[in-house]
Amino acid sequence: MSHVYFDHNATTALDSRVLKAMLPFLTTQQGNATSRHAYGRFARDAIETAREQVAKAVGAYPSQVVFTASGTEANNFAVTGMTAKQPNTQIAISAIEHPCVTRPAEIMQSRGWKLAKIGVNHQCELDFEQLENALRVPTSLVSVMLANNETGAIQNIAGVAELARKNGAYVHTDAVQAFGKIDVNFEALNVHAMTISSHKIHGPQGAGALILDKRVDIAPFMLGGGQEKGLRSGTENVAAIVGFGMACELAIEKLHEHTLHTQSLRQQLENGLQALNATIFSNHATRLPNTSFFAFHNIEGETLVMALDKKGFAVASGSACSSDSTEPSHVLLAMGIAPDLARGAIRVSFDASNTVEQVSAFLTILKQELKRLQQMVAMAA
Amino acid sequence: MDRDPIYLDYSATTPVDPRVAAKMIPYLTEHYGNPASRSHPYGWTAEKAVENAREEVAKLVNADPREIVWTSGATESNNLAIKGAANFYASTKGKHIITVATEHKAVIDTVRELERQGFTATYLEPEPTGLLDLEKFKAAIRPDTVLASVMLVNNEIGVIHDIEAIGNICRAHGVIFHVDAAQATGKVAIDLEKLPVDLMSFSAHKTYGPKGIGALYVRRKPRIRIEAQMHGGGHERGMRSGTLATHQIVGMGEAFRIAREEMEMENARIRKLRDRLLAGLQSIEETYINGELEHRIPHNLNISFNYVEGESLIMAVKGIAVSSGSACTSASLEPSYVLRALGRSDELAHSSIRFSIGRFTTEADVDYTIALLKEKIGKLRELSPLWEMYQDGIDISKVQWAAH
Repeated sequence: MSHVYFDHNATTALDSRVLKAMLPFLTTQQGNATSRHAYGRFARDAIETAREQVAKAVGAYPSQVVFTASGTEANNFAVTGMTAKQPNTQIAISAIEHPCVTRPAEIMQSRGWKLAKIGVNHQCELDFEQLENALRVPTSLVSVMLANNETGAIQNIAGVAELARKNGAYVHTDAVQAFGKIDVNFEALNVHAMTISSHKIHGPQGAGALILDKRVDIAPFMLGGGQEKGLRSGTENVAAIVGFGMACELAIEKLHEHTLHTQSLRQQLENGLQALNATIFSNHATRLPNTSFFAFHNIEGETLVMALDKKGFAVASGSACSSDSTEPSHVLLAMGIAPDLARGAIRVSFDASNTVEQVSAFLTILKQELKRLQQMVAMAA
Repeated sequence: MDRDPIYLDYSATTPVDPRVAAKMIPYLTEHYGNPASRSHPYGWTAEKAVENAREEVAKLVNADPREIVWTSGATESNNLAIKGAANFYASTKGKHIITVATEHKAVIDTVRELERQGFTATYLEPEPTGLLDLEKFKAAIRPDTVLASVMLVNNEIGVIHDIEAIGNICRAHGVIFHVDAAQATGKVAIDLEKLPVDLMSFSAHKTYGPKGIGALYVRRKPRIRIEAQMHGGGHERGMRSGTLATHQIVGMGEAFRIAREEMEMENARIRKLRDRLLAGLQSIEETYINGELEHRIPHNLNISFNYVEGESLIMAVKGIAVSSGSACTSASLEPSYVLRALGRSDELAHSSIRFSIGRFTTEADVDYTIALLKEKIGKLRELSPLWEMYQDGIDISKVQWAAH
């Protein structure tokens, strides 16, 4: 495909070095990591090496890494598992969480739990006063994402953790979008549990992890053979775990360099967008360096995405998981953006492989397409 | 690994077939879109590949592709089927579950969890053959029985349960019927158009596909409903959320295609190898086959060697990769709960070996294995006082051991 890929928050290309690490586990005889013969031990060793790589990348101990099949699973595991052994009290989440945090929390609500959804301001920053008020009620779990997948806005998780701990609640953060784009340190964030995912950091799909303070009384989500010290049953996906480990090692290796690069591409993009009168969301908040979320008045986001696609640019109109639906982004609505403008939202997310030339070409095409679409809108009016 | 042992542990996991790996790799390198991204070709290519694979999985078991839900493996499929159906139908059908003591831990532990949540459960003991007495199954059904879960092929002893007969009993009593078929695909023909099964779990890595991917069959006619366990973006028509691992799905599709096309020939070849292994090992005195042979997949042979200590046996046969008990529990030294459920003594359960033969096993592998076992068991028995007593005609079970 000769497309230019600007949708790295949805999924990323596998790094060739990651593929190389994985291939032996797909092409030669492999054992089940629970088996005690040489094939099994070989698989087991590979998993433990990956566990060390993951732990090192997020400032945790290897024993704190619980492998899952995805970030979605790790988030479901955290929300249901960390509340399972607590008396029915309250769960507090932000209004901008990914559905794999929101939905399990809503299901707990249908089972008699209280659910507080903490709002954000116009820039997508968590309302700490609301959180403080919500925590006056006994609360078992607070879950706030580190960086939002749509706007890229980064929350003060250490601050959330301090408040939660003061009120005796467990605290979880979904760091799926943040990890690999900014420095993520489990210890510094001071949370009890943190979700990360492989395929957002140039690792394979099919692996994720919950980084877990083992003092948390958590109930397993997947029951069976007792893998992952009983916390996650199911035959380990050795190839994906090995790939995830390697991707973690690579993600932190050039993090600073990549941050500077994607940040400068975004600056170039947003300079161009401002000239085209775009509304850029969260542009005054601390954001992921690679993410730009914007809209044009009177232009349907989905239409513009399709038009750009025809010209060879892959961008998103919201989060991929919900790009089926034409509902405006729940994140923008939570920020108080008018639904009409929200429907116009487009997300560009870069990675280190993107170039200045690609951004320039994109801006040229965007300008043309906008003009064409605006003419159509004017004719229809 | 110094020197690769001969792999006879295909029931623990299979190597990825090279044809499967070749099909997967492009989805790791060029086509890396998220299948849920509807707005660009990266997503479309991935989605098309996912749907082709779904058709291949459906074809192997004669189901409609719309009845196939992707999961991360059979463990998740079993968790989803049992928790999902039990919770959905609890208020209308009741809260009693029937399963078998020899099921995989993913079924047993899930049912145990439901017991903690207020369900009741019956764990049926199999006959010494490893199979169920259908009358006992029927007798276990209560007015409030919501779900029964019986595996198609047992992972340790390879026996094939009469799913059709059990399913018919379930139908007659309005009981939802789940079948764990993780060990069955590519080994026994499955026709879900005919079989009275409501939910069926599949795994890729037992059928020469990759690890980390499985599927759950959810019948459409009559429609079976399940409560989702994994929530999020609403993938898989709301039954199972989470970004799909495209390369793994592609791998499972290809593995199941190969299984469909080659099963018959492969089974014939494997049966010959198994019979050769069986004949060779039966020439060793005091060996006991666990589970009956007639209703059993040709790939499996589970044998206990009397008068040999289990751990030393495993240490002695390092030249072959086999399993004692199921892989998932082999980290523990407990004797296999499956063999104990068949009425085997702890000693015989301890000294059991599961040989599982597969696509890449050769005649030479089998002959090497027979020779190795003969030699090692001979040596171990030479050291065994129990063997000496047995040789002298003493009935060890009648010996009164003195306590020290």
